[in-house]
Amino acid sequence: MPGIEEIRILSPTGVCGSGFLETSFEKALAWDPHFIGCDAGSTDPGPSHLGTGVAAFPRAAVKRDLRLMLLGARRKKIPLLIGSAGTAGGDAHVEWFCDIVKEIAREESLSFRLAVIHAEQDKSYLKKRLGEGRIKALQPAPPFDEDVIERSACIVGMMGVEPYQRALQAGAEVIVAGRASDTAIFAALPIMRGVPQGLAWHAAKILECGAAAVVNRRTPDCMFAWLRNDHFVVQAADETLRCTPQSIASHSLYENADPFKLVECSGTLDLTESRYEAHTERAVKVSGSRFLPAERYTVKLEGAEKAGYQSVVIGSVRDPFIIRQIDDWTERLTERIHARVNMVYGDTLKRSDYVVHMRIYGKNGTMGALEPVKEIRSHELCLLIEVTAPSQELASSIAGIVRHQGLHLPIPEWSGLITALACPYNPAHLDRGAVYRFNVNHVVEPDDPHEMFRTRWYAVEGPAFEEIPT
Amino acid sequence: MTKLADLARLIRSKNAGPFELTFDIMFEDEARYSRVRASGALTREVVAQLYGLPADQVKFFYVDNALAVKASIPRPATQGDLYDSDGHGGQQYAPLMEIEIP
Repeated sequence: MPGIEEIRILSPTGVCGSGFLETSFEKALAWDPHFIGCDAGSTDPGPSHLGTGVAAFPRAAVKRDLRLMLLGARRKKIPLLIGSAGTAGGDAHVEWFCDIVKEIAREESLSFRLAVIHAEQDKSYLKKRLGEGRIKALQPAPPFDEDVIERSACIVGMMGVEPYQRALQAGAEVIVAGRASDTAIFAALPIMRGVPQGLAWHAAKILECGAAAVVNRRTPDCMFAWLRNDHFVVQAADETLRCTPQSIASHSLYENADPFKLVECSGTLDLTESRYEAHTERAVKVSGSRFLPAERYTVKLEGAEKAGYQSVVIGSVRDPFIIRQIDDWTERLTERIHARVNMVYGDTLKRSDYVVHMRIYGKNGTMGALEPVKEIRSHELCLLIEVTAPSQELASSIAGIVRHQGLHLPIPEWSGLITALACPYNPAHLDRGAVYRFNVNHVVEPDDPHEMFRTRWYAVEGPAFEEIPT
Repeated sequence: MTKLADLARLIRSKNAGPFELTFDIMFEDEARYSRVRASGALTREVVAQLYGLPADQVKFFYVDNALAVKASIPRPATQGDLYDSDGHGGQQYAPLMEIEIP
């Protein structure tokens, strides 16, 4: 095999905004990385971020991490690649993130060529591909049709390495991408430079979580990798952090359904034959990882739609008489609530238009029906009673009914008016606003890896931030 | 008999995307991992039974070089949906802790 140049990669942290030690970052920069990569999003914080356009990490926290990364990248004259900007990687998230980039460039007088790659999907494009039978369900998947596309607040496509590679080839110094495969951020440049794909994708899988794969994780911190012809070496920047063959092998388990096969747009990373060896007492050498190219290029979709507006009543129960009949009591309460709602709203609000859901903490609040422990062992229970309705006004009003019905629902053991629920807050309910649900677990089969992602270019010179026509 | 919780260094659950839940059972040393693996007490069928699923819906793996056993199931409710009670899927592993290993 012809020798490729060694590719060195710095991953400052697992999520931009979660932090890293500045000392670690400086140590890693001194190892002369070819680029800095950082993941900035995930579905893990939940569907509301995709639905509302609001990021999960505070702006100030993202700005702190991003400032150090931008300054480091510009000082070393190496590219900075960001993926899944603003948590969910839709257009609103990307715009929010770019605004922070702009602010830092102005404050620090930085100049660079910025490529912004958008991942939010056009609804008519998705309908076209759906009509052609080129949107396929993953397992498990909710139903997906034109109505789902229409009612979605936002649908993003998860980009592969190709949009990054095209931007790098066109001279991008900073890339801010919308939703991207976490690994694509780190695999794009090595694959471009000829690193075998199995090694590039595997190293990327470890790097995208920062130093999460060390044995003795304390806080989020910097990870570094050296990619060569037939192996790669990973090591955390902080010399007190240790990677071991077991800790690196274990990382392939994290947040994956299958620990051996990781599916990307362009193929599958296969770790069945991977070998993990101690390189030093805190660095690990990995070899044998393979990449199996896909027959058909696919782009995974993520979508969120509004499930309604929600209000929550929090109350607790201490009376052992009520606790021992809690299932019966909550069932009767539910019926009382529906009866009262019907009395107030009549035919204008059907029972199927709103949802009343009760969680009983101290019984099965965490696992619901899957809770194997049936006996209640607690002397008190906490009830979270959620109302989800078509408007906030309705949800709040029904929550008012929940409070009053819950407060005085009788039990046979006592005669006379009881007060059954201890409410810590006043008003007794909290309005949660719009709530969202994930509604897509599908892939698109595009004509090429670029058609779902459009890139805009900007010349950034301190306070000047000019779009470059393409 | 020893409980799985007393043999593992870490038992955890986590989202594997919004539609799947994954369990990792990790061991400190080869001896404990091999004991659990050889016991036949931690299997796809046992996980299926604990989470109320047919066995063919459980993905199940022995990961020798990580000294770990891994299982993945469809999420009981989609992450963040109205009936979901655990947004990160982080507290769904407790029933696994009780599995008795000969």
